[in-house]
Amino acid sequence: MAVVFERPKALLDVPFHYCPGCTHGIVHRLVAEAIDELGIEGRTVGIAPVGCSVMAYDYFACDMIEAAHGRAPAVATGVKRSDPDNLIVFTYQGDGDLASIGMAETVHAAARNENITIIFINNAIYGMTGGQMAPTSLPGQVTQTSPYGRDPKLCGYPVKVCEMLSQLEGPEYLERVTVNSVAHVRAAKKAIKKAFQNQVEGKGFSLIEVLSSCPTNWGMTPKKALEWIDEKMIPYYPLGVYKDRSAGIIPGLSGKEDK
Amino acid sequence: MAEKVLMKGNEAIAEAAIMAGCRHYFGYPITPQTEIAAYMAKRMPKIGGTFLQAESEIAAINMVYGVSSTGKRVMTSSSSPGISLKGEGISYLAGTDLPAVIVNAQRGGPGLGGIQPSQADYFQATRGGGHGDYHILVLAPSSVQEMAELTIKAFELADEYLMPAMVLADGTTGQMMEPVSFDFEIKEPPAKPWATTGTKCARPHNISNSLYLDPEKLERINNERYARYEIIKEKEQRAEEYLTDDADIIVAAFGISARIAKNAVDAARAKGIKAGLIRPITVWPFPDKAFRKAAEHAKRFISVELSMGQMIEDVKLSIECKAPVDLCYRSGGMIPSPQQVLEAIEKAAKEVK
Amino acid sequence: MTRKYLFAGFGGQGLLFSGKVLAYKGLIEDKNVSWLPSYGPEMRGGTASCGVTISDEPIGAPIVLEPDVLVAMNLPSLDRYESKVEPGGYIFVDSSLIERKVQRDDVKVYYVPATKLAGDIGASTLANMILVGKLLEVLGDYNVDTVEASLKKCISARHADLLDLNRKAMETGRDYK
Repeated sequence: MAVVFERPKALLDVPFHYCPGCTHGIVHRLVAEAIDELGIEGRTVGIAPVGCSVMAYDYFACDMIEAAHGRAPAVATGVKRSDPDNLIVFTYQGDGDLASIGMAETVHAAARNENITIIFINNAIYGMTGGQMAPTSLPGQVTQTSPYGRDPKLCGYPVKVCEMLSQLEGPEYLERVTVNSVAHVRAAKKAIKKAFQNQVEGKGFSLIEVLSSCPTNWGMTPKKALEWIDEKMIPYYPLGVYKDRSAGIIPGLSGKEDK
Repeated sequence: MAEKVLMKGNEAIAEAAIMAGCRHYFGYPITPQTEIAAYMAKRMPKIGGTFLQAESEIAAINMVYGVSSTGKRVMTSSSSPGISLKGEGISYLAGTDLPAVIVNAQRGGPGLGGIQPSQADYFQATRGGGHGDYHILVLAPSSVQEMAELTIKAFELADEYLMPAMVLADGTTGQMMEPVSFDFEIKEPPAKPWATTGTKCARPHNISNSLYLDPEKLERINNERYARYEIIKEKEQRAEEYLTDDADIIVAAFGISARIAKNAVDAARAKGIKAGLIRPITVWPFPDKAFRKAAEHAKRFISVELSMGQMIEDVKLSIECKAPVDLCYRSGGMIPSPQQVLEAIEKAAKEVK
Repeated sequence: MTRKYLFAGFGGQGLLFSGKVLAYKGLIEDKNVSWLPSYGPEMRGGTASCGVTISDEPIGAPIVLEPDVLVAMNLPSLDRYESKVEPGGYIFVDSSLIERKVQRDDVKVYYVPATKLAGDIGASTLANMILVGKLLEVLGDYNVDTVEASLKKCISARHADLLDLNRKAMETGRDYK
């Protein structure tokens, strides 16, 4: 009988601890598929964040490092620089980790065009600590720490990571994807694989922002959460390629660099 | 013997690190240790190493964490306020059992403090500095020669015991030039089968991690780590003992303070006072054996420090309060004169008569 | 014997360099030496200083609080350190820049118009080395060979012209009466 579906080799046979309907599992799988397809598992080192995916180090079959909250891009920089011609290094980070406490590490790794791959899970909430406001929580979004809805007058506006980083000359590739439908999962897969491929080719910093769901902390059914991505998140965080230097997609100010 | 060269303490640290096989250095500018970064920036590209000026001390220590995870020798340096920022990373290194060398050229504090020499990070260094149950190895050089020697020792001990090691210097020892000979034998680093260098699909994955959600497991790991600390306390205590055998008054001082104290001890001896000096070279582990031995005959101790009095607590603990311990200090970047220490010795000598 | 030197003046007058030449000379003569600069923003103007200790014994405190030899290259430095010099010690004053006289009578004082002399020999930035030459001569310590070896250690081979100029400045100081 033909095998039509199996666990990627780069994912270990360990049950995930994620909540029902959480999209971390899908993204983990896409990362593992990309690693398998590029044949890089034996030379890949992954950096896990602090947040819901903190235990990603138990799930991926490659060597893994657990970083302090927000510091994954700095840790990845160290690992990559230890053996730049051989090692493939990725970080897997949530929105609190990457866009709040770790903003400096994120921006400067991008500015250096550090040859690493970042998978950025944006689900607009702090999941692990139980549903507090994230740097990417939407205006009006109710969370444990914005119980009357996020009021931009009090706590500012969400951070649009791809848009912001696209203004830097450093990064090679920035794309925002989501995984709330089959078509979107396919597109996400393509982007994630490209983000690894870029590193293999030495092109530099690639970050894929994945709009993700958190049914538990959003207080929705898994199905409703996927719909909420379409209804609320994508309008605020448009999908698409924000920068792809090799393909000539260079927005705004940074476009001047190539003249 | 290798020729002696005149070198700043900070530069001697950098050169010694390179001799020890360190090819990765991450730093962030801060007075009075920036010479280390400048030296590394010049040398590393020429020897195939990495120098990177990080965006912050926090990023620098996490880059160190990344390189250390891959098993390579790595160093960062800073001065007091920057070391506070590194505290998070140092705790993670300790919790992950990773070796690394951290240099602290101390300056006066707290807060932004000043930029003149200080020893006021003694508590921070000897108690770990970050959160959680842990220690780091802390070596305290008092000359440029020792800046080099103890940097190499720090790499070796860090690798041997799988923990961070700090070279606890200060603005003076960092800035001063003295002759230094780089006539060292470097021990081959041990094998590091735990390193995250890629599985080559030939072994189960390695994980660098300090997270243990199961409290029983975390307790067990802490216990194992502290059992290792006991071995270190037994084997790695280092101190210079100067004229201690018949001493009534023992002066305790490390680093630059010990240089000043030695002048004072000589001056006291010239006046017929039986004074001696114990200079801790490791401040963690604290050389309590030397102090316990001295407490068998010494009648009074004096702790000389560039702080409001921090090491004095370890002196008292190590002699189990068998003799009174005085404090002779300056703080905030001020330095006691040998005369001030001599006066403290003379006062103590009157007390014990 | 232990001798403590303090070079004090404005940042940019080459105080650290002159201290280094002195220290390297000591090292070459197989003595114990230490060199300690002041550092920080005060280096950007105001009073900068550099302490050098040269000794037959291992050196204790490298901090020069009470020098045996003071080289004062501006008025604030003389004001600040004159009283600190050990009785019987030496003060060398750049009299081109400091108009007043030393008040103490328990130290030996030498007034050298070092900045003017430096200009005269076309080495306007080397007043410091003129003073080093003078102090070595006065202390009976001007060893032509070790001075030369020290200068070679302190000046990179790429700047041979600077070596000549520094030597000339030191000799000018040595020969100044």
